[in-house]
Amino acid sequence: MIRTVSAKEITDNIKEMCIEANYYLSGDMDDALNQAAEREQAPLGRKILHQLQENLKIAGEDMIPICQDTGMAVVFVELGQDVHVEGGLLEDAVNEGVRQGYMEGFLRKSVVSDPIIRKNTGDNTPAVIHYQITAGDKVKFTLAPKGFGSENMSRVFMLKPADGIEGVKEAVLTAVKDAGPNACPPMVVGVGIGGTFEKCTLLAKKALTRPVNEPSEIPWVKELEAELLEKINRLGIGPGGLGGTTTAFAVNVSTWPTHIAGLPVAVNICCHVNRHVVREL
Amino acid sequence: MDKYITMPVTAEITDNLHAGDYVYLSGILYVARDAAHKRLEELLKQTEEEYYKERGETGNRQNLTAKEQEELVRKLTEALPFPIENSTIYYMGPSPARNGRPVGSAGPTTASRMDKYASRLLDLGQKAMIGKGKRTQEVKEAVMRNHAVYFAAVGGAGALLSKCIRKSEIVCYEDLGAEAVLKLEVENFPVIVVIDKDGNNLYETAIRAYAEG
Repeated sequence: MIRTVSAKEITDNIKEMCIEANYYLSGDMDDALNQAAEREQAPLGRKILHQLQENLKIAGEDMIPICQDTGMAVVFVELGQDVHVEGGLLEDAVNEGVRQGYMEGFLRKSVVSDPIIRKNTGDNTPAVIHYQITAGDKVKFTLAPKGFGSENMSRVFMLKPADGIEGVKEAVLTAVKDAGPNACPPMVVGVGIGGTFEKCTLLAKKALTRPVNEPSEIPWVKELEAELLEKINRLGIGPGGLGGTTTAFAVNVSTWPTHIAGLPVAVNICCHVNRHVVREL
Repeated sequence: MDKYITMPVTAEITDNLHAGDYVYLSGILYVARDAAHKRLEELLKQTEEEYYKERGETGNRQNLTAKEQEELVRKLTEALPFPIENSTIYYMGPSPARNGRPVGSAGPTTASRMDKYASRLLDLGQKAMIGKGKRTQEVKEAVMRNHAVYFAAVGGAGALLSKCIRKSEIVCYEDLGAEAVLKLEVENFPVIVVIDKDGNNLYETAIRAYAEG
């Protein structure tokens, strides 16, 4: 049974999601920050976390975006194959939503149309859109505006199968150590293991949108997530990279089948806000 | 112990700043990031080219006397669109301001992207940088030889820092949108000394204190 979703409905929702994501933290991230503020052992680290808590309060009350880097819009679209989009192209509807959201929401226009010529597009489009066709008649949007302080610290490692799990751990820790203060810690670390060169990075980005209080359902992966989080927090980087016991809130790992000759590992670093909003139409 | 400083930041002030100091800044500072720094660098390069051209030199350039060096530095500082002597530059690109407000969200951007340009401006008289994240050895040395300072503002505290900004005006490069050069008047703007004039680096020392295993 084909179900119709209008382009306008998509635009209106994306617009609202852009604004919501930049003014209010998702519940899991809010909890993570509050818990860290209580547990952090470094006095300066605690001071910084308190400043970040106050920042959130001010953002919501005074309607100022949480962070001035309101990000490049990354949108995951899970489109049920019984959905028919009417009244325009799906891609255009999403971009129009971003355009309107970034205008009406007083969000920063941080996109340049060419990576070398670098003229600002003026409306924060185009969004980076990842499509997945699923079963059913719903369309689910996950919007994750990505700031580039953290994005710039992200890495891909094409490991050898012989490097194994220890190689994976070393890769993740290397990426986090090299990022240090630049990614506005405490971080959320998304890890993709397997697939191909481009698949593992997509896995890592998608992993960032999983709530930070929900570990992997695969037992060995859940163990890896916990071990990596512990090792990362023992690096001492701390809030703002100025020393402390909270360097990351969570490590979310996602795996995928891969080639007999490969072990691709992607580490997508995110800062302490890890903005994401999900809606289903 | 918290310190309250009214800008301009001078060598006298930086002599008393140490890595780890929590500082509240008030007064005038300038905002510039990637694209603006690139244009400033190009402007300085152009000014220097013109100076040598006027002297009739092409190709091999003669060494300048002390007086000539002074003259060149004067021309370079005069070419810049804002007074560089004892200036504080904040690496930042704000979100748009709502009606009646001076500025939108205004937290620091990653300073390492300005490393390429920083030493030149410090050598021309800039006294303080505000940003976040690691700097190169070259920048650290420029801070030391110029008795300057590198402050970090808390990354991500854009809304909170916005409330410390009383006035904002565009100085130049308006076409760069969020990357335009701004002149801000701030009040009790919280920063932490990361690199002081002696080359102490808080990012290095603080992490060592908490690193285990």
